[in-house]
Amino acid sequence: MHDTHYLLAVLCLPFLGSVIAAALPQAGRNWASAIAGTIALAGFALVAAFYPAVAAGEVIRHQAPWLPSLGLQFTLRLDGFTWLFALLVLAIGALVILYARYYMSPKDPVPRFFAFLQAFMGAMLGIVLSGNLIQLAFFWELTSLFSFLLIGYWHHNQGARDGARMALIVTGFGGVCMLVGFLLIGRMAGSYDVDAVLAAGPAIRSHEAYLPALILVLLGAFTKSAQVPFHFWLPHAMAAPTPVSAYLHSATMVKAGIFLLILLWPVLSGTESWYLIVTTAGLATLLVGAWSAIFQQDLKGLLAYSTISHLGLITLLLGLGSPLAAVAAIFHTINHATFKASLFMAVGIIDHETGTRDFRRLSGLAKFMPVTATLAMVAAAAMAGVPLLNGFLSKEMFLAEALEAHSGTVIDVVLPYLATLASAFSVFYSIRFIHKTFFGPAPTNIPRIPHEAPHWMRVPIEILVLACLLVGVLPALTIGPFLGIAVEAVLAERTPAYSLSIWHGFNLPLLMSVTALVGGGLAYSRFGSRLDTIERSPVIGRLRARRTFEAVLAAIVDTARALHRTLGTRRLQVQLRLLIGTAILLGSLPFLFLGYSVGPVPISLIDPVFALLWLIGGLCAIGAAWQAKFHRLVALSLIGGAGLATSISFIWLSAPDLGLTQLLVEIVTLVLLLLGLRWLPLRKPDVWTQARVPLMVQLRRARDLIIALLGGLGMAALSYAMMTRPRTDSISRYFVENAYPEGGGANVVNVILVDFRGFDTLGEITVLAIVALTVFTLLRRFRPAPESIELPHQQQRQNDFDHAEEDRAHGDTLAHYLFVPRIIMQWLFPLILTFSVYLLMRGHDLPGGGFAGGVTASIAILLLYMAGGTRWVEARLDIRPLRWISAGLLIAAGTGAAAWLFGRPFLTSYFTYLPVPLIGDVPVASALVFDIGVFTVVVGTTVLILIALAHQSIRSPLKKKKPAGEVNLVDAPEGGN
Amino acid sequence: MEVALSLAIGILTASGLWLLFRPRTFQVILGLSLLSYAVNLFIIAAGRLRTDAPPIVGKGPADAAAYADPLPQALVLTAIVISFATTALLLVVLMASRGLTGTDHVDGEDGEA
Repeated sequence: MHDTHYLLAVLCLPFLGSVIAAALPQAGRNWASAIAGTIALAGFALVAAFYPAVAAGEVIRHQAPWLPSLGLQFTLRLDGFTWLFALLVLAIGALVILYARYYMSPKDPVPRFFAFLQAFMGAMLGIVLSGNLIQLAFFWELTSLFSFLLIGYWHHNQGARDGARMALIVTGFGGVCMLVGFLLIGRMAGSYDVDAVLAAGPAIRSHEAYLPALILVLLGAFTKSAQVPFHFWLPHAMAAPTPVSAYLHSATMVKAGIFLLILLWPVLSGTESWYLIVTTAGLATLLVGAWSAIFQQDLKGLLAYSTISHLGLITLLLGLGSPLAAVAAIFHTINHATFKASLFMAVGIIDHETGTRDFRRLSGLAKFMPVTATLAMVAAAAMAGVPLLNGFLSKEMFLAEALEAHSGTVIDVVLPYLATLASAFSVFYSIRFIHKTFFGPAPTNIPRIPHEAPHWMRVPIEILVLACLLVGVLPALTIGPFLGIAVEAVLAERTPAYSLSIWHGFNLPLLMSVTALVGGGLAYSRFGSRLDTIERSPVIGRLRARRTFEAVLAAIVDTARALHRTLGTRRLQVQLRLLIGTAILLGSLPFLFLGYSVGPVPISLIDPVFALLWLIGGLCAIGAAWQAKFHRLVALSLIGGAGLATSISFIWLSAPDLGLTQLLVEIVTLVLLLLGLRWLPLRKPDVWTQARVPLMVQLRRARDLIIALLGGLGMAALSYAMMTRPRTDSISRYFVENAYPEGGGANVVNVILVDFRGFDTLGEITVLAIVALTVFTLLRRFRPAPESIELPHQQQRQNDFDHAEEDRAHGDTLAHYLFVPRIIMQWLFPLILTFSVYLLMRGHDLPGGGFAGGVTASIAILLLYMAGGTRWVEARLDIRPLRWISAGLLIAAGTGAAAWLFGRPFLTSYFTYLPVPLIGDVPVASALVFDIGVFTVVVGTTVLILIALAHQSIRSPLKKKKPAGEVNLVDAPEGGN
Repeated sequence: MEVALSLAIGILTASGLWLLFRPRTFQVILGLSLLSYAVNLFIIAAGRLRTDAPPIVGKGPADAAAYADPLPQALVLTAIVISFATTALLLVVLMASRGLTGTDHVDGEDGEA
């Protein structure tokens, strides 16, 4: 089977299953587990079917472009080693799923559990199958993320939350380091592709960046695989449901670090630094884990530390750097996964049946659950390294390797003794586990009367234990060929001769094994009974890695808070001053260093009219700045003056589109701000205690003035320097030359907007729509300040007048206010609307377009509102700006998507000439349809914003039923003074 | 022309910045409007000043040197519309903040005048 798409299916199926499980109802326990199990088995079958190719030494690759511009391909890769690892992940995954179906209580949200578990499985497969380091790092982070969710599954439990957070922080930290290491490796190898990296081993090892890259990658692997000193997260992760522990701590999560070490072993190992770092870390982990496991009072705690110790053993083997040690590491990885998964499951059954995992309360369970007891004993014996079980074989290989001289350092001398010692510890805690739990008198102090677990809950354990036995008795017939292809894939031409038989004669490793077994057994009979009173591991119990972790975490948080307190401010004015000050400083730095000079281009003569225009415009701007505090309406009018000058300048400077749009937007903005004026408080002159402005305030204002003047001066100087320099060639040339041939439009600006850069415009109208929705939503909850609720003065006076006169009804004056202009405004409505459509249609060739047309149309509607009042208009017209916005977005996006139908990229435009009788050839461009979308969104947005604002006045509780013309809203409390 | 436009940009910037630093929300909104005029003019100036050369090409081959630079114009056109949207958003935030806090100070509390 060579279709590499099956590989993609293997990776995607678990994620698909995760999504399905997430959508199931809470009661869908059976469905969720059935789907998850089927998917795991299907994945297993798909991977297994690659056996012939993999066994022939082939590397199967599936590639798809991912980020081609960065030279990154999405690559899936399957060689002998990853094949075996993927099978392990899927097989144990399937067993865990079966087990979890019976373990999880129907009261828990079980589908969510399976959603997380499958997503985790997918992420783990992603690591294993990745043929590219960056992609591997991505899936690596995904496993951290999903393990966080799995460990914290019982999130009502503080321990689960803490454990999940700790695992996430530690492994996430390692993941970031690893990514940086990968970047370095990618730089050294010239590619992130795993095969390319594997081929570049010698170049990487002799590169000067080898050591930093090695340390960073190892940080990733060590944190994931819980190597000392990062081992502390693993015991805390035991707060997870037991199926999670069985999966994460046997075949997956912690093995990801081991996987990485093995994957990169041919590239990174074989140097002195590799040997020293990896061996030391592995040895320390082996001893610390085994020693601590002895003193645990919690069954899962024992298994957790035992896992740490076995991970240390594998790391140690990999650190030694010899091919035989690598074989032993791969072999032990598989063996550990099988017996550790079964042990976790057995502990889960004990916990499930008795309600406790505490050694001090458990005893004599063999009578109550003989099958589980037998299974657990076999698995524990495999863990201890008893002959005829798989653990024995790899442990023998480990001991044999420990005897070999690898470096000539002190490690060579002590390793055999320490290895034997660690094995003895392992025997010790395995015996304790079995003896305390299953033997002795019947338990007295447990919550429930235990009995055997349901049959199907035991099946996974039975399968795993059977595997332990078969591999242990007939290694060459069972695991032999598979181990062979895995080893071949990793070691290639360095593959050593090794023998998988049980009996190698009387030799030193056997003697060490026997010593460990006997020593561990004797030690247990001597000290075992005293362990129940010990609360923490002697000697190393004082080294609380967890406390250090928390202290570091607290220090980081405290530092961040202190920095925030000293450097941060919540005051907007201070922030703005800092921002602008920095901008001015940075902007002037080049001038300070390189000097300011005027460019060589001769300047054009000032047109007196243009000068006059800006004399007025400048005065307007200054006046607005001067008056904005006390005379808002005046300031608003002056801003309008400056805006008008800007608009005229645009037209003057050959930008008719801008002039038009600016003018129209100016109108809408003015109405907008006028509508807002009513809700502002009356500003009274400042009352200072000493009857004059205090010095501090004067100084503050002087400082602001200086910053403002500096900013203005800087901008003026910069503009002048820029305008007197020749223009460099830009992409504009392309736009001008191709606007007509390619875009079918004569108005280059419009062609850029709706064709060349149509995607930007699509983004922009989306922003507009979002802003309009935000405004709309904010205003729905708007509560005006109490003093703004009253009717404006003018309306009050008008109503008072109506009340005073006998022949006038309430609201008559208001209804007749500006009567003639209102009629004219109503009559203008169709004219303006027609004009807006005209602007839209001609936009492709002449100034106009969707933006200008849209604003024009909204002005037409606005005028109608101002003339007739909100209620009058809405009784007669169907104003649905929300629908217009959605329709516009759909039209614009649909025009873009239509290009797909013709096999072109998104937003590819099309234009042609249609012969129309009488009129002749009429240009038809898809860009026009896009522009209609823009038009509709702009109308919808503008109208939605303004109408939402206008509606605030008729929501006001004091309002009478009489319609209110929008004109009246214009009169702010201090309007016109 | 260059001198006049530079001065105009300078004056608009200075007035806008002064208003930006004021403590009242309405002043800040007006300041942002002035600043956006200044920035838009600056962007147009980046295409250099051309009179009577709007970028509306004929049907034949077009010579880029004969027209004003269309690129800054396209940028500014979107900027104008977006600045309307931001003004509206700011205004509504201002109104909401005033309704909630009872003051129109930018920080929601009357500190400095």
